[in-house]
Amino acid sequence: MQTPPRLDLSGITKRFPGVLANDQVSFAVQPGEIHALLGENGAGKSTLVKMIYGIMQPDAGEIAWNGARITIANPKAARKLGIGMVFQHFSLFEAMTVLENIALGMDAKIPARDLEAKIVAVMQQYGLKLEPHRIVSTLSVGERQRIEIVRALLLNPNLLIMDEPTSVLTPQEVEQLFVVLRQLAKEGCSILYISHKLHEIKALCDTATILRGGKLVDTCDPAKETSRSMAEKMIGGSLKDIQRGEGRALGTAKLTVQNLSIPKDGPFGIALKDISFSVKAGEIFGIAGVAGNGQNALLLALSGETPSLKPDAIQIDGSKIAALTAKQRRLAGMASVPEERNGHAAVPDFSLSDNAILTARDRMGMVSGGMVNARSARTYAGEVIAAFSVKATGPGAMADSLSGGNLQKFIMGREIMQKPQVLVVSQPTWGVDAGAAAAIHQALVDLAATGSAIVVISQDLDELLSLCDTLAVINEGNLSKPMPVAGANIEEIGLLMGGVHGDPNAPTHISSEVAHAY
Amino acid sequence: MRIKLEKRPAPSTFMLIATPIASVLLTMLIGVIVFDAIGIEGERAVIDIFLTPILASYKWQDVAVKAAPLIIIALGLSIGNRAQIWNIGAEGQYVLGALFAAGVGIAAGPTGGPFTLILMILAGIVGGAAWAAIPAFLKTRWDVNEILTSLMLTYVSFQVLGYLVGGPWKDPNGRNFPATAPLPESLTLPILFPGTTVHLGVAIALILPFVFWVLMSKSVFGFQIRVVGSAPHAARHGGFDAKQTIWMALLIGGGMAGLAGALEFTGSLKAINLGFPSGYGFTAIIVAFLGRLNPIGCLIAGFVLAVTYVGGQVAQTTVHIPNSTAGIFQAMMLFFILASDILIRYRVRFIAKKPANSTEAHT
Repeated sequence: MQTPPRLDLSGITKRFPGVLANDQVSFAVQPGEIHALLGENGAGKSTLVKMIYGIMQPDAGEIAWNGARITIANPKAARKLGIGMVFQHFSLFEAMTVLENIALGMDAKIPARDLEAKIVAVMQQYGLKLEPHRIVSTLSVGERQRIEIVRALLLNPNLLIMDEPTSVLTPQEVEQLFVVLRQLAKEGCSILYISHKLHEIKALCDTATILRGGKLVDTCDPAKETSRSMAEKMIGGSLKDIQRGEGRALGTAKLTVQNLSIPKDGPFGIALKDISFSVKAGEIFGIAGVAGNGQNALLLALSGETPSLKPDAIQIDGSKIAALTAKQRRLAGMASVPEERNGHAAVPDFSLSDNAILTARDRMGMVSGGMVNARSARTYAGEVIAAFSVKATGPGAMADSLSGGNLQKFIMGREIMQKPQVLVVSQPTWGVDAGAAAAIHQALVDLAATGSAIVVISQDLDELLSLCDTLAVINEGNLSKPMPVAGANIEEIGLLMGGVHGDPNAPTHISSEVAHAY
Repeated sequence: MRIKLEKRPAPSTFMLIATPIASVLLTMLIGVIVFDAIGIEGERAVIDIFLTPILASYKWQDVAVKAAPLIIIALGLSIGNRAQIWNIGAEGQYVLGALFAAGVGIAAGPTGGPFTLILMILAGIVGGAAWAAIPAFLKTRWDVNEILTSLMLTYVSFQVLGYLVGGPWKDPNGRNFPATAPLPESLTLPILFPGTTVHLGVAIALILPFVFWVLMSKSVFGFQIRVVGSAPHAARHGGFDAKQTIWMALLIGGGMAGLAGALEFTGSLKAINLGFPSGYGFTAIIVAFLGRLNPIGCLIAGFVLAVTYVGGQVAQTTVHIPNSTAGIFQAMMLFFILASDILIRYRVRFIAKKPANSTEAHT
């Protein structure tokens, strides 16, 4: 008799107030299969996996585990079955250490010392670099994700659900993760892999299930599809390429950063060391690097949230702005988008209109005599929603009612439509679907075409390579020499990201050795 | 059947208004039950506390005069609370406001007129703000918790009060009683309706909520306060200075409490004795929350709490329960209002149990 599927979903339906998140979704994951789950933001992928992990219950439909019908009452029950999950949004307590966070996620009580030994063993086995005693609040997004991965691996899962795991990793780290995942699959563990990176899915996955608007549109073999054909199934239309104007010429230096140094803001923070670069009018300047190498500090230093003591360290068109506050820098033409959407770039429980006031009030004339002109804020928010095709009920919609991708489009639009002289963005398309990412990229290219200087800080190297004119790599607070993207050597960039001068045991630049380890 | 909390797509306006009303009604209901249980006429007590002050017109002036300081203090506190800055020391700032006003009055001597009176009231604002500046300085400089410092400074203020009224400011003609000399007629607030105790401070308490409403909902400052309270990182990103916000929130909170103290002194009591701190500064915390940290809400909630104050006195004579019973009712209201807060952002769903044929035993 044939082995039953590890996981078999049939007719799964889940309704939320106002949305049908999953509509009659049925598919199966075989033992040892790496199964991709594809779809735009809001397509219902997260809802579906939450039901598999027992966080939510389906309104209708059945889940079968190894052939037996089951109800997964809660995540503890899911873990007991051997279902592990790495979330896109991490569930970590910021004030606790890595070790404490992992201990909290364990159902069995294990003495801290034994647990630490187990964690170190898992990390060594899979080449994941993490210091168990660091406080989570001091860790970068990428490092936080490693905690989640270790936490899931500690449970020896039979089915591992990974929600966008590679968005914050270097190419070498991705490769390494794939080695881990393939190894797990070979041992019989099924993997349900959610990602927007279609070439990764082509490289890694055996099967792909594509969702759109809560419905299953196709289950296909990624090896037989192209990235483009899968993307078009996801968005239900044809995908647009970045349109660049003909005969683009770069202007003179607009943003100049000279020997910018910022001390670290905590025991585990990253200090910026003598950072110098300049971005010309019309140029898109990319900053690559592994999470936690000073990207955040650099964005805060440029946006003005961390002012510098040296006024000439940052200049726009020759005027010194490094000693100015965030508000003054905006007036001087500098706009920025930090990596964290919720609570940093936007206020979750404020309306989009109020979120427009947050950063656009001075440049867009929403303030006179200390009073806010609510009407002009609403108008501006409405314009952003229309111009960037933000799916929202209107300017009065709460920011947290939008999906991640739609909120990101709104935030990017809010800054871009202010026509800043300089725009600094961090992770502009993190967790954003292909359609929205293409729209955001196009908007950045269009803004550059009007003569603005743009800095894109991203851990997604593909994004930088397709978007930028010039690229530099940040590693432990040092910025490499900028290089033109045309003719850039990926291997070399990867080595810079891993820190060729850094820790020789760092796992990031030894992709060839990783292969030997198994 | 299971009970489940489900996040609403948007905060419920209905619940925003319904929960404070329900809290008051629940407080009355529980009051009846508890008093009946301990052998006191529950309905009578609750009616006297909550309804007599409203139904008996001769009590209206008492309600208005008691509501005024509660409203004014709550307005200031609600700004701080919106920014997640917890000033628990309004009582002390209220005392300092009165003392500053008294200091100016004493310095001006018995000949002062309206100009001196205005100066006294301004001094009251300065006094309250100065007292709140201490927690603000400690918090911005060394990140000292303002809840502790503002509360502890309240007790310091009582000592300052005791020293002044028992020492340098003691009324020479007061038979050695620790109290200041009564204010001369020229330095007391005008009475709005002759023959009542309703003074100008009541009018100020009726106007200020609208000023604060405009400030909070229309001004950049109000926006700043709301952003800092809701998402401090976003506030920094938006160019708002966290330290400045702490200073402003505490200074306004202290200034309003000081204003209330000065108005109470010049409008109602006319002399300061050891009994001057009457708990308005603490009760105003309840007013601020019952009023949903909304200025107009504070206006309404101020009257509700004033009713319980006056009603407590009524019940003292009619059903012979201690005056402090009103405090129990006030606390109960705060309890219910905080407990019901969750209903604004979440809805309660009752979910019928699933049919038993699913293999739940499996998990």
